[in-house]
Amino acid sequence: MTTPANAPPPLNVDIKPPTLAVAVSTAVGSENQPEEIAIRAHGLNSWYGTVQALKSISLEIPKCRVTALIGPSGCGKSTFLRCMNRMNDPIPGARASGILTLYGDDLLARSLDVVELRRRVGMVFQKPNPFTKSIYDNVAFGPRLHRSFRRTDLDELVENSLRAAALWDEVKDRLKSSALGLSGGQQQRLCIARAIAVGPEVLLMDEPCSALDPRSTASIEQLIRELETNYTIVIVTHNMQQAARVSDRTAFFFEGTLVECGSTDRIFTNPANKQTEDYVSGRFG
Amino acid sequence: MHSLRAQAQSNTRRRSPGEIVAAAAPASQLARRVVDRGFLALCIVFTGLAVVILGILLVTIWQDGHTRLSWQFLNSFASRRTEEAGVRAPMWGSIWACVICALAAVPIGVGTAIYLEEFSKRSRFRSFIQLNIANLAGVPSIVYGILGLTAFARAFGSASTDSPITIGQPESFFYLQLPFGHGVLAGGLTLMLVVLPIIIVSSQEALRSVPRSLRTASLALGGTQWQTTWNITLPASIPMIMTGAILAMSRAIGEAAPILVLGVPLFIRTTPINLMSDFTVLPLQIYNWSMRQQSGFHELAAAAIIVLLAVLLTLNAVAVIIRHRLQRAAS
Repeated sequence: MTTPANAPPPLNVDIKPPTLAVAVSTAVGSENQPEEIAIRAHGLNSWYGTVQALKSISLEIPKCRVTALIGPSGCGKSTFLRCMNRMNDPIPGARASGILTLYGDDLLARSLDVVELRRRVGMVFQKPNPFTKSIYDNVAFGPRLHRSFRRTDLDELVENSLRAAALWDEVKDRLKSSALGLSGGQQQRLCIARAIAVGPEVLLMDEPCSALDPRSTASIEQLIRELETNYTIVIVTHNMQQAARVSDRTAFFFEGTLVECGSTDRIFTNPANKQTEDYVSGRFG
Repeated sequence: MHSLRAQAQSNTRRRSPGEIVAAAAPASQLARRVVDRGFLALCIVFTGLAVVILGILLVTIWQDGHTRLSWQFLNSFASRRTEEAGVRAPMWGSIWACVICALAAVPIGVGTAIYLEEFSKRSRFRSFIQLNIANLAGVPSIVYGILGLTAFARAFGSASTDSPITIGQPESFFYLQLPFGHGVLAGGLTLMLVVLPIIIVSSQEALRSVPRSLRTASLALGGTQWQTTWNITLPASIPMIMTGAILAMSRAIGEAAPILVLGVPLFIRTTPINLMSDFTVLPLQIYNWSMRQQSGFHELAAAAIIVLLAVLLTLNAVAVIIRHRLQRAAS
């Protein structure tokens, strides 16, 4: 791999958790191997009223990988994220055209069952937003919406979801106490557990660490790497180092267009585009 | 003038904020503090004034009426002889009318608020409804009395008041007739008309105060609009909705005008046994007694006011208990 003279030092040399070395190495080689694509966008446009937020985006998001969307504020990365579970629907004047599919299912179709889509595509928001209910009820909320459970099955589901979100050991003795008593980082992991509990295939994360302190951020990042084995993850982040640490593939958005997309290693060490290079090296102008 | 300023700007160097601040004359610290203290004092005076006026009101009414308060006063019907008179009929009439009013107004009002806030799209139709509800909140209650008379008491003249359609026996609890006549059901529903705009507006405020992020979270988990409203938005806004409902009930129990327009008898010697029973309400009885010449009746009026306040506080206490229950169930 040749490094240009003015390229930034590779950010992701040894910051990835060592336990995930296997997953990382496959991810690095992923650009050469054909792998299953979970979400495919082709010529995707999106408008808010007369303002075009996305301009002909074509992007493939591989299954069980972490894809990071980076770019300056207002570049359309959040809009793209919200297209994938149709969370733009309630916004007056929002519309989209082009092709966006999840395993071949058209996500832009008017006839699409949005409720079922959101079960398949979970979302974690910028600010932790637990319900004013107990920890248990927060996690059980989603499953209860979709079907009725036997008590013991629901207990098991809640436990497994909390374990998957690396929160079980911290809260197992106070499942019935209010979720608002948790710290910010714990609340965010609770929100992840809540999203996992409905059994999604894809997890969308909209700057999940921007309201958290560095330690909580580290725990969420480690969690993201662990979740990768079972879930396709798309994460929007403003933090370049975070994108380098947690993602396998990175897509750089600028002013509603997709400038460059590729393996995170390549984007951060050897970007093809001058704009990408300036942005990831912090010299954006 | 304009060109002069432009010239001055181009000639002189742009000053930094620090320089501008330093050049200004310092405002008197003393004057600022005097204004601050003065405003606080003013607020205390006005608050005190409200409390004192309420205190004087309560004390004078208590002085006038407390000698008349007794079990017998609560348990007797109105009478020409002051020492035998009581508030049994209007007290039970008020309770019946208010309970009917609450049972009708809260579901309809909260339902309307939920539709307007959670389900309806931003449209001209919605703005039209919104504007009209805001206007209705300011309509004098006697106008609602006339509406109640037309709609409920006479059913828009669709059936004769003299020979109504009846269901069940007049002596039993399960007795209905159409039109309602000036029974307690017509009275309660008329009061509902009076308080409905208040309940709708306050419930809308309550729903609007629930953070949008909670709705988003529920929708993102695959909740339908109704599941989100029922499980998240409504439980979070129940305390504020109940507070609005309590205020509305306080208004309803004090209304005399719309009930008067319905044509209820001023002097009755029965308490309601079913929804069609004749009734009267405490404000009407108070009005009736305070119009009399003899001072004995004025004491009765004062005592009836005390009963009215007690009934009001009791109904409010019940609402507060319900609110607490719901809050605990929600959290």
